[in-house]
Amino acid sequence: MITHADDVSETQLQTLPVVQLKNVTKQFGSLHALRGITFDLKAGRALALVGESGCGKSTCANIISRTIAQSGGDVLLNGSEVPSPLRIKDEKPFRRNVQMIFQDPFSSLNPAFTIRHHISRALKIHGHGINRADRTRRVLETLDLVGLEGETAASKYPHQLSGGQRQRVNIARALAVQPSVLLADEPTSMLDVSIRLDILKLLSRVKRERNLAMLYITHDIATAYQVAETIVIMFAGQMVEWGDSLTVLSQPRHPYTKLLLSAVPDPERRFHVENSMEYLNEATRIRAISRVYSEDVIQIGENHFVRKTEATDFS
Amino acid sequence: MMEPLLEIKNLSIDYLLDHGSFQAVKSVNLSIARGEILGLAGESGCGKSTIAFAVARLSKSPAWIVDGQIMLDGRDLLQLTEREMQKVRWRRIGMVFQSAMNSLNPLMRIERQFHDVLHRHLDTSREQSREIAEKMLLLVGISPDRLSNYPHQFSGGMRQRIVIAICLALDPDLIIMDEPTTALDVVVQREILEQIAELQKTRQFSILFITHDLHLMAQICHRMAVMLKGEVVELGDVAQMLNRPQHNYTKTLWAAVPKLPENRLTAEARL
Repeated sequence: MITHADDVSETQLQTLPVVQLKNVTKQFGSLHALRGITFDLKAGRALALVGESGCGKSTCANIISRTIAQSGGDVLLNGSEVPSPLRIKDEKPFRRNVQMIFQDPFSSLNPAFTIRHHISRALKIHGHGINRADRTRRVLETLDLVGLEGETAASKYPHQLSGGQRQRVNIARALAVQPSVLLADEPTSMLDVSIRLDILKLLSRVKRERNLAMLYITHDIATAYQVAETIVIMFAGQMVEWGDSLTVLSQPRHPYTKLLLSAVPDPERRFHVENSMEYLNEATRIRAISRVYSEDVIQIGENHFVRKTEATDFS
Repeated sequence: MMEPLLEIKNLSIDYLLDHGSFQAVKSVNLSIARGEILGLAGESGCGKSTIAFAVARLSKSPAWIVDGQIMLDGRDLLQLTEREMQKVRWRRIGMVFQSAMNSLNPLMRIERQFHDVLHRHLDTSREQSREIAEKMLLLVGISPDRLSNYPHQFSGGMRQRIVIAICLALDPDLIIMDEPTTALDVVVQREILEQIAELQKTRQFSILFITHDLHLMAQICHRMAVMLKGEVVELGDVAQMLNRPQHNYTKTLWAAVPKLPENRLTAEARL
């Protein structure tokens, strides 16, 4: 049975999580894409879902955003259950509350319209701003918030902006309607390395300033640490290890977490030039162990949980 | 330093536009010794892939090689006829690109794809190709009994390894690897690069290794060059570039890669 340390902590009693996933499962035909997913998103906090492609992390985001329906379990927004599909009358309030930004800054903006159009359209749809002038003011404000020169950026078309600037526009578009939840699915993986950090810093800042509950999806465990207070390591549709970011990274217990950490590029460690098969075989073995479905979750520390496997480290 | 296998001299490449041109590569000089792994780092648009394509003589319009020489064992590749170049490509210069795994023909069994390449370049019989293919698959950690499978039956990482195996089967002197693992997750990336490092050590081919990830580059390369806006701004041994980078842009690139917390015991300041 999965329990959260926070279920009993005092902070939890004071503030209800904005989003709660309770034992969520998803099946695509015979494939178990998600099993027993249980976590909370809290205001002003970020939770990172980390794992390889196909592990189910984007499926989680799509279920929270009600793009797809879960096969089992509950999704709660501010304590009440969100039906899927959404009822038409719930659609708008829900979308205003839960916003997403995507991986590809090049395809997520319409090339035929200016930046002003993108943001004011979102405002219009969600009933922000009483008139045109008011909306324009808000557009400029939001662009300023994400570090773009409002007046200049607003009149530009997407192709006139760099990838990093476009991703800022996407963040601005999401924030313009003042959501309480921001789902960021690999927001920096298509950007150049030198601007990735700036975008992550921006996300961290708006999370604090706007008190956002943020879900940060990535395959890059190092950035997960920098953005999120909580890290959830996923593999084959299961949460294999989760808890406080630093604890998970500094005291990994699950074999897959250890494997993932061992593979983060490290300039101080040259690749071995002998016996590369050893690493390959070990990685294959760990994947096979970690793929086995297990219901046993063990609490290691105050905010540190790990799924039991034959190779979980309980030392 | 050993004799250079590949010498790029004064290479300039433009992209021709409707009006004027864009200088993608500006008078670049690089050399790769036999048995050396040279890294080429830089951001998208800095010209690193343009160089890779030029070395394989695969530059297509609107790319225009304005000036320079690309010497392979003292012979200028840019002067070869296409027919002569076909003997160099794959046979002497192998290529593994980011999307290489998608370059396998989905309708052909793996065995046939090996034979396709081997027969063309080495004139092998079906049996000989199969024998070589079995050896090469083993080398990259895939069971030879999967030769009769189709590409879709393999994961992305395995497909990338198959392409590397096909490339190695022709025993090239130089392999151009342009972001060979960027589309893969980190564990698979390490699996593949550990293998490449070992194979390179035993077979002593040279590699032009292109990536934007400096940390990764430092793990596998001997020397590295950093490119900015078409120019090589810094070139040196990996250790020197890592410990004493001279150019500001090199320092920026190092600083841009997020790090795990120091020793993972003391927390660094978060963003």
